[in-house]
Amino acid sequence: MFDVISLMLRTGILTERLPARSPESPPLESVQEDIRRILGRALCIRHVDAGSCNGCELELQALNNPYYNLEGAGIKFVASPRHADVLLVTGPVSANMEEALKRTYGAIPDPKVVIAVGDCGACGGIFGKSYASRGSVADVIPVHRVIPGCPPEPAKILAGILDAVVSAQGQASKRDKAKRS
Amino acid sequence: MREITLARQLGEVALAIAIAPLFTGWIAQCRAWMQNRSAPPLLQPYRMLRKLFQKDVALATEASPLFRATPYVLFGTMVLAAAIIPSLATDLPFAQAADAIALIGLFATARVFQSLAAMDIGTAFGTMGARREMMVGFLAEPALLMVMFNAFLLYGSTALPSLVDGYAAHPALIDPSVIFAAIAFLMVLLAENARIPIDNPATHLELTMIHEAMLLEYSARHLALMEWASSLKLFNYACVGFALFFPWGIATHGVDGTGTLLLAIVALLGKLAVAGAVLALIESISAKLRLFRAPEYLAIAFLLAVLGLLVHLLLGANTHA
Repeated sequence: MFDVISLMLRTGILTERLPARSPESPPLESVQEDIRRILGRALCIRHVDAGSCNGCELELQALNNPYYNLEGAGIKFVASPRHADVLLVTGPVSANMEEALKRTYGAIPDPKVVIAVGDCGACGGIFGKSYASRGSVADVIPVHRVIPGCPPEPAKILAGILDAVVSAQGQASKRDKAKRS
Repeated sequence: MREITLARQLGEVALAIAIAPLFTGWIAQCRAWMQNRSAPPLLQPYRMLRKLFQKDVALATEASPLFRATPYVLFGTMVLAAAIIPSLATDLPFAQAADAIALIGLFATARVFQSLAAMDIGTAFGTMGARREMMVGFLAEPALLMVMFNAFLLYGSTALPSLVDGYAAHPALIDPSVIFAAIAFLMVLLAENARIPIDNPATHLELTMIHEAMLLEYSARHLALMEWASSLKLFNYACVGFALFFPWGIATHGVDGTGTLLLAIVALLGKLAVAGAVLALIESISAKLRLFRAPEYLAIAFLLAVLGLLVHLLLGANTHA
């Protein structure tokens, strides 16, 4: 027990600052500000493995470690689609996972955002379209954003999630304005 | 006079509802620091609640009215429980209607509703969670009753406010039985509030879940109420613990004035801060028990509470009735 406590004290806080987004996007502070304002920094992600090789899963797992520390930014992975705001899909959609993916999408309460992670999710990757695979995620459910890479690095995934949420919120507020006028 | 008492009662309940998520957020922060990560903001639970209240509800097609009513029932029972626990003052009109045994009954009512609602949809994980919750519950309840009996014997009353008043009348009293009861109470608190030796609140694996498995089908405002109710439950347990073992600072019967009440609020916040850090430390340095070890764990809690009773009776029963 004392070993554990002394390890805690010796290690200190390991979390790094949130990574900057792609160069053309606005600076990090404004993004954080947006996230804070719109989502109250409370974003829940449901991850579905629709037939991935688990390369992307390793990178997603890294997001939860103390370095990237998604929870510190108010983003967390949840155990049920009913708790989620974002659906994160990895892998080409295999024939056996197609129905499960559609049902998961249906079970997420509105408003929701779908993100396809990895080259497989983007276009089917090396698996493509075949008798066992439906190809990209966008062929099965509507996708708001694709994060390419095989596998994408944790920092890229994090930036992609922030991007997708901010742009989806922008669209939603435009829609609201259109409704009102 | 009557109005003042009523206002105090309502104020206490409002404060409990308002700061219960704060307590949960504080524990989460302490846990994050102990895991060497930067912590989410203290107000994170409130942000989560606000977001959930704004979302649309997604209901399963098989959901019955029971499923939809349960979040409100649960929240209501926890608010009622907060009304009869002397967290700030002992002069509570509601507390005269219900003693500590009724309080345990209230918690049991909430548990029954939650388990029924979890089984309502008919998913495998919900049913599994409900059964596990009932197993933990029926073992934790007698242990909690035994802890209460320790205090009842000491002060000759089953009402929580009179226990605190009794302590205020005999502050120098340290009975060895109290130490046994306090350890047993801590063990029950951890088990009943889905904390680490029994359940892991941060898990994503359905097979290791107890509390979370029962919430899997809830969304949006229903989920928000369920989460809020479970923070309130933890807050209530903490306040019962303070009333039984650390009743310093609580405004006692007959003592009036804003000063004592302010002091009581400060004392409560201080005690919550320490309790949250201790809970997080316990969770960080212990591992989750295998499910089949849970009965042993709760049997130990029961045994400790009974030992406390025996110690009290054998050492000459210095009752302060």
